[in-house]
Amino acid sequence: MLASRALVRGLQSGFWRRVSTSSAAWAAHTHDVDVVDCSVPQYNNRLDTPLPDVPFVRNLSAKQKKLKEKEKGSWTQLTKEEKLALYRLTHELSYAEMRQGSKEWMTVLGGVFIFLGFTGLLVWWQRVYVYGDVPHTLSQESVAQQTQRMIDMRVNPVHGFSHKWDYEKKQWK
Amino acid sequence: CHPPGMRKPVSRTMFRAALQLSVSGARSLTRSRPQYTASVAARSYSHGKQETDEEFDARWVTYFSKPDIDAWELRKGMNTLIGYDLVPEPKILDAALRACRRLNDLASAIRILEAVKDKSGPHKEIYPYVLQELQPTLNELGIPTPEELGIDKA
Repeated sequence: MLASRALVRGLQSGFWRRVSTSSAAWAAHTHDVDVVDCSVPQYNNRLDTPLPDVPFVRNLSAKQKKLKEKEKGSWTQLTKEEKLALYRLTHELSYAEMRQGSKEWMTVLGGVFIFLGFTGLLVWWQRVYVYGDVPHTLSQESVAQQTQRMIDMRVNPVHGFSHKWDYEKKQWK
Repeated sequence: CHPPGMRKPVSRTMFRAALQLSVSGARSLTRSRPQYTASVAARSYSHGKQETDEEFDARWVTYFSKPDIDAWELRKGMNTLIGYDLVPEPKILDAALRACRRLNDLASAIRILEAVKDKSGPHKEIYPYVLQELQPTLNELGIPTPEELGIDKA
């Protein structure tokens, strides 16, 4: 499970490596540090918080700074790619990406079944090689004798066991 | 054109697409609005005057219309508004988008549109209606919709 999480994480960061505007920008991503300073506002992807406290990319390259300057002018002058780049500077994941979910559940369920199956094998081996014989009173013959005794004793004659035995015909009703 | 089942919106009776009917929703049923809308104030008091929809809207429009609004206030306002159990009226969103323009923040403007769509939940007709109402502003300011940028799909 940890392995699947690590795998998913690795895939995500690999994916974004391509999508972000430049490798310099990637290095500047605020979340790509080993130690997160919790005493300052952090970026977060939350559906209920559309505008995070800080932008996703804070250390802008020269090209990105130029784009930010262009943003101060009329937005009708921006190309679609520029608008998208501005969005990605401020936000890591779009709402659709946040809602996406992953296929991790399949890995988890598969792992659960594998381990259940393995446990089943262990239990079966134990039954065969560890447990001793079952008591002789469970043999067919012994059970027949026991049943006959119960009938003779009239066990539960009103509604239960012996009630089901036909004493005239000597058979079960 | 308006989504099917809705009357032509009159500004003062308009549509607060709440996610559930509340006690004051009984009022809305008598006005034969579509089932998903209700007159829901953001707060229900046990005493004191209940804020009307119009007062609520006016308050938020005023908030975002502040000429020298700062980035923090925009974020705080927007995040608070999205926290309420309703989809904001187009006029509030219009004021918020114009605040983004004053702050030179295109990304936030796009994010607001995304948040509105997300907030509508299963009521798929709300978002197209909001976009329709905001289209003049979007064209004027040059704000793309998330669909135009392709970020509505993961």
